[in-house]
Amino acid sequence: MDDNVTTRWGGAWRWLLPALLLAGLVGAWQIAASTGAIAEALSLEKYLVPSPAEIASSLWENRSLLAENAWVTLREMVFGILAALAVGIGFAVAMHRWRVVRDASYPLIVASQTIPVVVIAPILTVWFSYGITPKIFIVALISFFPITINTLDGLRAVDPEAVKMMRSLNASRWQGFWRVEAPTALPHLFTGVKIAVVVAPIGAVFAEWAGSNAGLGHLIQSDLAYLEVAREFATVFILSAMALIMMGLTVLAERRVVRWR
Amino acid sequence: MRQDTRIKPETGRTQTVDPPSPPLADTTGGGILLRGVGHSYGDLRTLDSLDLEVKAHGVIGLVGPSGCGKSTLLELICGLREQSAGEVEVEGETAAEGRLARCAYMPQRDLLLPWYSAIDNAALALRNQGMRRQAARDAAAALFDRFGLAGFEAARPAELSGGMRQRVAFLRTLIAGKPVLALDEPFASLDAITRAEMQEWLASALRGDPRTVVLVTHDVEEALYLCDRVAVLSARPARIVAELRAPAPRAADRDAAVTDPEFVAAREEAMRALHQAMRGS
Repeated sequence: MDDNVTTRWGGAWRWLLPALLLAGLVGAWQIAASTGAIAEALSLEKYLVPSPAEIASSLWENRSLLAENAWVTLREMVFGILAALAVGIGFAVAMHRWRVVRDASYPLIVASQTIPVVVIAPILTVWFSYGITPKIFIVALISFFPITINTLDGLRAVDPEAVKMMRSLNASRWQGFWRVEAPTALPHLFTGVKIAVVVAPIGAVFAEWAGSNAGLGHLIQSDLAYLEVAREFATVFILSAMALIMMGLTVLAERRVVRWR
Repeated sequence: MRQDTRIKPETGRTQTVDPPSPPLADTTGGGILLRGVGHSYGDLRTLDSLDLEVKAHGVIGLVGPSGCGKSTLLELICGLREQSAGEVEVEGETAAEGRLARCAYMPQRDLLLPWYSAIDNAALALRNQGMRRQAARDAAAALFDRFGLAGFEAARPAELSGGMRQRVAFLRTLIAGKPVLALDEPFASLDAITRAEMQEWLASALRGDPRTVVLVTHDVEEALYLCDRVAVLSARPARIVAELRAPAPRAADRDAAVTDPEFVAAREEAMRALHQAMRGS
């Protein structure tokens, strides 16, 4: 019965269902917040628990401020992910090509992920000052791991029989890489990028908290200090929207590039 | 006389020749020679003092129990693997790299690359030799017509039937222009009817474009139909326990050929040798 409904409505149902759930949640929040029920339950002043309507109006009123700061954070995220892509793919290929590189660097790459961003961000800010450099560095640091590891796994997923076949068809090592190994690894690389896109905002916000003059993380920090809770929610909304759009673009790019799946 | 379209591997251009014609690849004094070849994976001995000779343009079948080392032997001949004892000579070449340059290896699964169209898969060897994409496609297209694949040039491998995939994989091997073809159970994954069709198809392809062929198979009938000679291997470590001459290799009418009493007798003999080889383990 349920399955029938899902098939009959097809694509529309897949959008409608989460939209309804979201509308229900937002509606419930609106009622709970505007009647003061949440604030009362938490023994808080009512202005500390903004309703969705208040967040929406804050979003509108602060649109130019949010846009300015979103642009700063977006650049940090995009450049950070691009840097992670360049370094990550390079590392994965080198680790795949030379056993000694893999053995030597694998533990270090794993270890690099255990450095808490909150610890390294202030140090980098001291080293590189308040500019965009330490932000790019932090975003790259946390995006680098999923990209490298997934690409490496993709390169290692190559069918050894296919490698033999290519060798017997006069393929040089380089041709084998471009015609068999790289296309095999490509879907895995996209998986890595999707994870990177989701963690990049976290990196950007922490990096901005460590010291910055602008950006959505910077805005969240100052709003916390001044108890501008509605605008804080609005900022988080923008941050999530940015991550979602980047995810959507990655999925679109994947569909265009990996056509054989 | 039937006109026969051939592909010249070095230029990729097709040329029309009258059969009988000089061989496409120069195999004078060539063929395959194995002397006292042994191979082991660590302590596991897979091949034991094997001797085998295949004349240029000869087609030999290797049958034997599963896991007896047939595929290892094939990889050894192709230079994809080094023997631990004895000597392997292909077209006068004993070094693995030299053997690899003279053998085209067709693995058991078709292994068509899903990111390439059927024609780009078939033309892979030409691309690897440095030919431009369009020239390689043109060269392969001529063979697509000849091998009943016309109209499927742009198809993705996933859109092709099992038999067609196998044909494209075989074309890919053939187009490499090597004197020796090493085929590892090429039709094992196909259903019985398609397999029979493909055997007939391969027979006609080899009549038109003869090569030295080593065919590994577990199907005695397939071996006796396609090959001049069939070597029966024992269980591991593999030795040649029997060698049979096929009565009518690659006959145009497969159904008639395989029901001929002489063929049936040869098949029985091969089966007996194979049973003995399996019991001997």
